[in-house]
Amino acid sequence: MSVFQQLTERDRVFDFLAPVQSPVDVRHGAILYLEDVSVSFDGFRAINNLNLTIDDGELRCIIGPNGAGKTTMMDIITGKTRPDTGSVWFGSRHNLLTLNEPDIAALGIGRKFQKPTVFEALTVFENLELAMAADKRVLPTLTALMTQDIRDRIDEVLLLTGLQELRGALAGILSHGQKQWLEIGMLLMQRPRLLLVDEPVAGMTEQEMERTAELLTGLAGKQSVVVVEHDMGFVRSIARTVTVLHQGSVLAEGTMDQVSANPKVIEVYLGEGA
Amino acid sequence: MPVSSQWLKRPLLERSTQLFLGVLFAAMALVTLLHVALPQGSALHVSAYTVTLLGKYLCYALLAVAVDLVWGYLGILSLGHGAFFALGGYAMGMYLMRQIGDRGVYGNPELPDFMVFLNWQELPWYWQGFDMAWFAFLMVLLAPGLLALVFGFLAFRSRVTGVYLSIITQALTFALMLAFFRNEMGFGGNNGLTDFKDILGFSLRSDATRLGLFIATGIALAIGYVICRGIVTSKLGRVSIACRDAEARTRFLGYRVDRVQLFVFVVSAMLAGVAGALYVPQVGIINPGEFSPLFSIEIVVWVALGGRATLYGAVIGALLVNYAKTVFTGVMPDAWLFALGGLFVLVTVFLPKGIAGLLQRRSAPPVSSPSQEAAA
Repeated sequence: MSVFQQLTERDRVFDFLAPVQSPVDVRHGAILYLEDVSVSFDGFRAINNLNLTIDDGELRCIIGPNGAGKTTMMDIITGKTRPDTGSVWFGSRHNLLTLNEPDIAALGIGRKFQKPTVFEALTVFENLELAMAADKRVLPTLTALMTQDIRDRIDEVLLLTGLQELRGALAGILSHGQKQWLEIGMLLMQRPRLLLVDEPVAGMTEQEMERTAELLTGLAGKQSVVVVEHDMGFVRSIARTVTVLHQGSVLAEGTMDQVSANPKVIEVYLGEGA
Repeated sequence: MPVSSQWLKRPLLERSTQLFLGVLFAAMALVTLLHVALPQGSALHVSAYTVTLLGKYLCYALLAVAVDLVWGYLGILSLGHGAFFALGGYAMGMYLMRQIGDRGVYGNPELPDFMVFLNWQELPWYWQGFDMAWFAFLMVLLAPGLLALVFGFLAFRSRVTGVYLSIITQALTFALMLAFFRNEMGFGGNNGLTDFKDILGFSLRSDATRLGLFIATGIALAIGYVICRGIVTSKLGRVSIACRDAEARTRFLGYRVDRVQLFVFVVSAMLAGVAGALYVPQVGIINPGEFSPLFSIEIVVWVALGGRATLYGAVIGALLVNYAKTVFTGVMPDAWLFALGGLFVLVTVFLPKGIAGLLQRRSAPPVSSPSQEAAA
């Protein structure tokens, strides 16, 4: 329907005026559906008829050999890459293929990249403050005041990420693991419904890994979390459901024990390492 | 809730700002006292010449604060801030020219002398309105602000940053210098605007007016400092630092980096314009030399010497370097550029954080974060 026709109907809200941010509909239990998604780059099929459903509040681990399409899948969900065919839905109301990156982020899908980037010249507290969901235009930012609500919210995230001792420390002096946690904390400040976490424990020590596992399992239930990880020990420690990707489609899905007993999985992936 | 002015109250409650304003106003009071109360012959008497010289330094200090705002906090190394300073100066100069009236050499009540000399019959359209003080003072803000708005909009939207932006700002001021050198531009060409008589009805030759201009400059510096401090201690200031250190990450958090840069850049250009406007009546001339790329680079040297991202460091740097310049060019005119270069190298090697860094090291306790201060 053309914009002009819409203008003559006085009883309805025009599409271009309707807010993008309507609540995510999870009445059917699932927060993310990918259906028959395919994408190819120069003839190479990075994603091949991928079907994936993530339930609301679930913690899902995704594993797979290099080139299995894990990162491409994240790119599709966050709007960075458009698939050739298939559909991607957030809840049962939002078609992610019609939205751009900032809109998808505003809907409540947060993504943590592999390499942590925090603002080193600012304190941990200030990093979280900047990440918080708020009016981010220039003048509202200039006149923004620190309220008790905001402070409580930041304290909550500091507690969750175990950084309360370091609230006043410059982010530049944090260890690699602490930076990863701060980055996860910055994601949490945006109150996402769905968190996509790419290799959260790369370069972490054993204790840091345990701490991260606690953090991520603690989030599940309130938020849905999708973790892409190579470290099998780590996946075993947090996973309830594991999805194995291979050549752009789902090879197996189930508990860690089920997938590690699956002969196809052993052949393509676990056979070499574990 | 009236939040519009809240961000300005915050710096006024800050101890460092109170200290800065205290020192500034005490120094201004002392100079005023020594100038007015002591007789001409007294050893401690401050002459009208010195008062004007100090006023000039304060203009440079305000200019340095403006540069520090964009360079220190936003990471935009502007090598063309002299252009905004000069535009503010020209706006003021045009007002002062119109105030001369028929007291010029040619006695034309309407046209400035150089236009009569060029055989122009009537005032160009862009000179209209400059006989009114309020209009001219508005232009002092608007002319540099508009240039910064258009220039910044194009540059920041295309994500031009770093050394490329520095080079473009340098080209901007150079292009303006060449344009203003042309007589056809209608700004007095090579000679610029000069031979001013009075401002707001006060004779520029009288000592009282000179003292008044000095005090006005000090107040402008204080206001400019508080505005900049208000910006850098606000959430926007922290977003600026985020843009400076990790631009892409800031964008990913949902901030419009180009808008932040544009806003701060325009504020900085306006402050530079005010500095230029106060400079012109004190030195009595504005010519295209102020647009010279060398001058803009010199401003950056003041800020680097004083210490980046502190604001007060920029003030210290501007005052010290310009005092040294006055002394040196009096004693050994040829050695000044070598001294400036040497000073710059020494400070860069031994004091990477400038003089302000030295002061911070002395006053040992680490500075608590602004957000925690706000929390207290």
